[in-house]
Amino acid sequence: MSAIVKIKDLHKSFGTNKVLNGVSLDVQKGQMVAIIGKSGSGKSTLLRCLNGLEKVDAGDINVCGHDIHHPDRLNLRELRKQVGIVFQSYNLFPHLTVERNITLALTTIKKMSTEEARKIAHKVLQLVGLENKKEAYPEQLSGGQAQRVAIARSLAMAPELMLFDEVTSALDPELTAEVLKVMEDLARGGMTMVLVTHEMAFARKLADVLVFMHQGQVWEVGPPDELFSNPKTAELQKFVSSDL
Amino acid sequence: MNYTFDFMSVFANWDRLLMGAWLTIQLSALSIALGFVVGTLCAIAGKSRLALVRGLIRAYVEIIRNTPLLVQVFLVFFGLASIGWKLSAETAAVIALTVNVGAYTTEIMRAGINSIHPGQIEAAECLGMSRLHVYWHVVLLPAVERVYPSLTSQFILLMLASSITSQISAEELTATANLVQSETFRSFEVYAVIAVAYLALSFLFRGAFWLISQLAFVRKRKLGTNL
Amino acid sequence: MNPFSFLHVEYLLQAAVWTVVLSLVAFAFGGVAGFVIALWRVSPNRLLRNIASGYIQVVQGIPLLVILFVAYFGLAIAGFKLTPLVAAGISFAIYCAAFLGEIWRGCIQAVPKTQWEASECLGFNRYEQLTKVILPQAIKIATPPTVGFMVQIVKNTSLASVIGFVDLSRAGQIINNSTFQPFTVFGCVALIYFCLCFPLSALSKHFERKLNVSNR
Repeated sequence: MSAIVKIKDLHKSFGTNKVLNGVSLDVQKGQMVAIIGKSGSGKSTLLRCLNGLEKVDAGDINVCGHDIHHPDRLNLRELRKQVGIVFQSYNLFPHLTVERNITLALTTIKKMSTEEARKIAHKVLQLVGLENKKEAYPEQLSGGQAQRVAIARSLAMAPELMLFDEVTSALDPELTAEVLKVMEDLARGGMTMVLVTHEMAFARKLADVLVFMHQGQVWEVGPPDELFSNPKTAELQKFVSSDL
Repeated sequence: MNYTFDFMSVFANWDRLLMGAWLTIQLSALSIALGFVVGTLCAIAGKSRLALVRGLIRAYVEIIRNTPLLVQVFLVFFGLASIGWKLSAETAAVIALTVNVGAYTTEIMRAGINSIHPGQIEAAECLGMSRLHVYWHVVLLPAVERVYPSLTSQFILLMLASSITSQISAEELTATANLVQSETFRSFEVYAVIAVAYLALSFLFRGAFWLISQLAFVRKRKLGTNL
Repeated sequence: MNPFSFLHVEYLLQAAVWTVVLSLVAFAFGGVAGFVIALWRVSPNRLLRNIASGYIQVVQGIPLLVILFVAYFGLAIAGFKLTPLVAAGISFAIYCAAFLGEIWRGCIQAVPKTQWEASECLGFNRYEQLTKVILPQAIKIATPPTVGFMVQIVKNTSLASVIGFVDLSRAGQIINNSTFQPFTVFGCVALIYFCLCFPLSALSKHFERKLNVSNR
């Protein structure tokens, strides 16, 4: 079994604030890993280290064969072609149509022809159920639609690993379901996914591994059912019960 | 007042005035284009990590914006001539106008670039786009759309300010008017006519800028909203 | 050919005084006219609105230099011989009125409509609305761009040199014609203008920052 992500004893601080305090974690190909925990536990920072958005202070971190802890040798652009990320605030390009949002990276980075790029855009838009919106502009979409386009945009680059940073936290409850459905389809299709989320039911149902973070460390890790029904630590117990 | 207006002697010189207006258009258009490039590059350079570069850009902008264009034109024309660089009036005019509008453009583009949400840049970088591509597609193009009204106002001011280059004998519209005036002695009529001519040029430039925006900013044309 | 000396700098500084005088005259007269224009621009009376709007559009579409030529050469031929100072003063006032009027109109309109509604419902007439509620707020909003425009006024006074008025720029030209050291002379002229303008620019930015903070 090949580990797409290998993290060993990761440390990171923002100034005097120690955000990651010795995190170790492996993610296998095809797994969905859900990271949960209180705000400030370091979840988003950990995620953002995985594609080089945050620099690490100490520790080993290897993603898709790239050593992220050696920034001078790291080819960030190559890494990012293999790792896709979806943000909480979707960050679609407002001045471009949905289709162009997706084809932009394909034509400029992968040097595809417009024809090829459009074909791929159509395919990924079908996957997220929005092929009829390809001429629309982001301001004309609902939050859920925009987030699905953001997922499609990352998918178009055919990544090996997809990261999701609290992608439903900014959405109204009715719109959350359509995004979660897309993520579920992705998981069932075999995509390796790491997500930071507050959607406990979703994580419980679909994640292979649940990671509970607390004070910058991996407090507990294991299959979701086990963690939810038998939390070993008081912190996870409190976290789980406060959610119910 | 025993003065009879005689516009005909002015209109008799319509061909020379037209040539003058044409040179005004050429000087302005060239300076605007060059100045826009200079200003955009300086705005980008203004975000450099090197304090020296940032300081130089800051100094350039503040010096130009706090000194009169007339003095800048004199410095370019007479100053460079005094060290051996004898430029034609038109060349000196373009240089001075470009440097001038470049400083104002730097400020405007700086505001535009700063208005782009950092999340946009992050998203583009995370797709694997190179710095250059990110800057072009995600920062510069939307920034220009956002500040387009400020930019075009400044450009039209520049076209009007090109009249100042008549003082170094660039044969644009105002200089031509001075010539016609010295021959016909119809000062009031001549200057009234070119005042109208400049108004027409203002409309012309405004129309051209509007046309450009319709072609360049597709989203705005289709949806009618601001970015 | 005379070398550039302190005597010349003194001459420049004396001329700079006239630059300041001309700027103040332009701001004073242009300001009063501009205030009227601004009020007319927001007036419920359509005729006044159109006159003000037309005035602004015309003046903003003509170079200041041309206005100067009309005032000095044009009126002279027609029988009204004005001195350079008066011609310059009138031209600048006309020019400033248009720009200040437009700036101040924007500032009046920046005061929220709810302020008009609230004061109207309290029974104020239009005059009282303006003087007690709207204008005090508009003045605060108007301070940064007005101070910023004063920089333009100072720079624009350099055009008075073209019709022979001995301001700072003309003094520079005169000295250059006898010393033939354009870089030094005009460099010095630029420096003096910079010393006049930069503090105004900085003041304008300072007011703008204060305004943004207080509007939070």
